[in-house]
Amino acid sequence: MPEQPAAIRVHNMSEVTHGYSEAQARLEAMRCLQCRKAPCVGGCPVRIRIPEFIQAVADGEFARAATIIKESSLLPAVCGRVCPQETQCQEPCTVGRALKDPEKGVSIGRLERFVADWERGCGKVETPAVKPGTGKRVAVVGSGPAGLVCAADVRREGHDVTVFEAFHKFGGVMMYGIPEFRLPKAIVGEEVDTLRRMGVELTPNFVVGRTRKLTDLLEKDAFDAVFVGVGAGLPRFLGVPGENLVGVFSANEYLTRSNLMRAFERGKALTPIFLSKRTAVIGGGNVAMDAARTALRLGSDEVHLIYRRTEKEMPARIEEIAHAREEGVVFHFLRNPTRFIGDAEGRVRRMELLKYELGPPDDSGRRRPVAIPGTEYIMDVDGVIVAIGNSPNPLVPRTTPGLETTRWGTVVAADDGLTTLPRVYSGGDIVLGAATVILAMGQGRTAAAAINRLLAGGAPAREAAEKVESIPDQG
Amino acid sequence: MDCSPHTVLYKKQLSEDVFLMRIRAPLIAGERRPGQFIILSVDEEYGERIPLTIADADTAEGSITLVFQRVGYSTLALADFNPGDTLPVLVGPLGRPTHLENFGTAVCVGGGIGVAPLYPIIQGLKEVGNRVIAILGARSKDLVILEDRIRELADEVVVCTDDGSYGRKALVTGPLKDVCERTPKPDVVVAIGPPIMMKFCAETTRPHGIHTLVSLNTIMVDGTGMCGGCRITVGDETRFVCVDGPEFDGHKVDFDELMSRLRSFQDQEAEEIQRWQREHACRMQQALEAATPGKESPA
Ligand SMILES: Cc1cc2nc3c(=O)[nH]c(=O)nc-3n(C[C@H](O)[C@H](O)[C@H](O)COP(=O)(O)OP(=O)(O)OC[C@H]3O[C@@H](n4cnc5c(N)ncnc54)[C@H](O)[C@@H]3O)c2cc1C
Ligand SMILES: Cc1cc2nc3c(=O)[nH]c(=O)nc-3n(C[C@H](O)[C@H](O)[C@H](O)COP(=O)(O)OP(=O)(O)OC[C@H]3O[C@@H](n4cnc5c(N)ncnc54)[C@H](O)[C@@H]3O)c2cc1C
Ligand code: SF4
Ligand code: SF4
Ligand code: FES
Repeated sequence: MPEQPAAIRVHNMSEVTHGYSEAQARLEAMRCLQCRKAPCVGGCPVRIRIPEFIQAVADGEFARAATIIKESSLLPAVCGRVCPQETQCQEPCTVGRALKDPEKGVSIGRLERFVADWERGCGKVETPAVKPGTGKRVAVVGSGPAGLVCAADVRREGHDVTVFEAFHKFGGVMMYGIPEFRLPKAIVGEEVDTLRRMGVELTPNFVVGRTRKLTDLLEKDAFDAVFVGVGAGLPRFLGVPGENLVGVFSANEYLTRSNLMRAFERGKALTPIFLSKRTAVIGGGNVAMDAARTALRLGSDEVHLIYRRTEKEMPARIEEIAHAREEGVVFHFLRNPTRFIGDAEGRVRRMELLKYELGPPDDSGRRRPVAIPGTEYIMDVDGVIVAIGNSPNPLVPRTTPGLETTRWGTVVAADDGLTTLPRVYSGGDIVLGAATVILAMGQGRTAAAAINRLLAGGAPAREAAEKVESIPDQG
Repeated sequence: MDCSPHTVLYKKQLSEDVFLMRIRAPLIAGERRPGQFIILSVDEEYGERIPLTIADADTAEGSITLVFQRVGYSTLALADFNPGDTLPVLVGPLGRPTHLENFGTAVCVGGGIGVAPLYPIIQGLKEVGNRVIAILGARSKDLVILEDRIRELADEVVVCTDDGSYGRKALVTGPLKDVCERTPKPDVVVAIGPPIMMKFCAETTRPHGIHTLVSLNTIMVDGTGMCGGCRITVGDETRFVCVDGPEFDGHKVDFDELMSRLRSFQDQEAEEIQRWQREHACRMQQALEAATPGKESPA
């Protein structure tokens, strides 16, 4: 897929990849074998009818392709860009299997993105039809992919929907976490506008649990059901000495300053961002890649990525790792910081790293990193971004008696999203632990279906979910 | 549920750089408890999110009161908002409310603008039956704020100024030490003000073993526990001021770390103040031109 050359793109925030032209898209679509059993569909968490939409693209019938995708996915422009396709739809693709490399399979995500962009580009995005009003009211807490999709699906049935968002902008991680160069904010903005046109009420600057208790939404404000999609926004830190020095940030803070508060537009934005020259990023997931690449764009001369395991175990998408490397991020595998060292002003100046080797596999099936004692060494840094993962945000559970959580802090929810409180549903990262956009979206959909059944009077005669402990996927 | 816009209802300049503002926010007014704060921003697209304590609330009017000091771009710009204007971003109440119980005698120490967050705590402590001794400090006479309001509530008020232009010529730690040496000694101390003042208040009470609460004014972004920018070391632990605080045991807070973290973005903040001055000068110029006779007045 055409993209900005690395040497140029590290100096701007614009999207890295340009997307297919019509001809390129049709050519790529023609690589699809239209397999009868379509293994790709099984790899997509929302079961998009992949061969059918790809055939439509090959036929040049882009509007038909869009209709097929939208049966299953409400945010194709987003998922086409950020889905980890190589472990989802593209992983079992017959073409890739034959070539022994999922990267060489049919580029399903890119085609999906093409269709979504084409639809937007020619102003053909239709506002989904909304059934006549039922007078029933649903509150959606959080405007990440889980919340947005749940809001849309419930609204379509004619129920009144209000989305409550803590921030001043909607979109959750798509807005504050994933950078502009990977997911332009205008796209997220358009998805939010679609909801607005459907008549969903969007209330920003509203922290459920603080501005109003969740139980008050049901009892005082007469909402008939609530969906909780508050995400996994609690940054983990390493817990090593010096981590609170000036210049050490969570990736959440660094990325929020840049994306949501637009700090990369120096001279316009009022939110400052730390400008370091030799930046270390700790972690190996998408968040770490995003932080590293943002640091380069903000003017770091060197960005060093420190990861405990090897490249093979990195949870980040292959494409993001490749992009980061092309842009000049230096990877240090089998290393982990043991402490950060500051100057007299309390600013970080150096860090101590310990070397690791791979031991036997752990519970996640990945080989466990084992420290090699006595191998500590020092590296100079003047900025550090910690990107070792997020835990579920405890604010809503803490302020909602009866809303049970697992010992990992995730909200307990049944398969249909019902929590341990009647009429309260949940989904997305707050249930799954830090997961993906498409999984969050899928859960928003499932919960919406359950809410719609409840409001139609056909809900199962069940008060609330049983508390079942399942291990959240930590990516 | 009234989610109507956050409109400024009233503004008053308390001293050269300190302003009091009442803002329509019925939901926040109804939910807030002493010790909690809001986050606001003066511009939805490019503004910075800054925390300010809810100094008072009026549930009948559906308003909250903020008292703030102009120190940088956001607070300079906020001071230019007038009654009728709407704040584009305002969210709260955030943070944990102050733990209120009848301790017996409570000493409430406020330094400078710190008197504003102290006021609702004094209110709360009085409501549950404490005897309250208020110690208010400022650099000079015209920087003493909310004295009348606090005199109405507190059982004893000591005012001191650094330059002696009003009240006792002392730092707040002077009268605080005296009160700690009384018998019986006070049961609890609440100190709010600049970090350095809180640090020395904590040092003053430490030898007397009096539990001392301080309210930390770290830099914040979201205010919901998402970014960790507000983190601070308390005892051996890292805590997030926005969700675990803002009040902590003053004897355990690492104030030196707090002070260096507050300086994180010094250079960029200085640039922003220059920018405000430029923009402000430009607006003044435009206003002057508009007011000059002979020129077309705006329709
Ligand atoms: C930097 C980064 C990069 C990522 N890259 C990818 C990627 O490439 N591909 C991919 O598939 N996934 C990626 N992810 C993961 C993906 O973004 C998440 O899994 C997904 O956004 C989760 O959606 P959600 O709806 O559950 O929650 P979120 O997107 O986290 O949204 C939750 C929303 O709820 C709001 N909220 C929280 N508490 C309250 C409250 N009390 N009241 C009101 N509102 C509240 C929050 O402000 C937020 O807007 C990435 C994540 C990050 C952080
Ligand atoms: C819980 C809490 C309650 C507060 N209550 C009050 C109050 O009632 N009245 C009052 O006048 N001030 C209060 N403050 C401090 C107030 O938030 C800062 O003065 C304000 O953010 C400065 O913003 P600025 O753009 O005007 O100045 P800047 O030029 O941005 O900063 C000036 C100084 O303010 C501090 N600061 C900067 N950005 C932030 C930020 N985002 N959050 C916090 N501090 C920052 C830094 O020390 C900085 O050096 C409170 C702070 C906290 C954390
Ligand atoms: S598996 Fe690959 S080739 Fe087969 S239908 Fe799916 S996309 Fe086409
Ligand atoms: S939604 Fe994601 S997993 Fe499903 S087809 Fe699209 S890119 Fe693949
Ligand atoms: S302000 Fe972001 S975690 Fe406290």
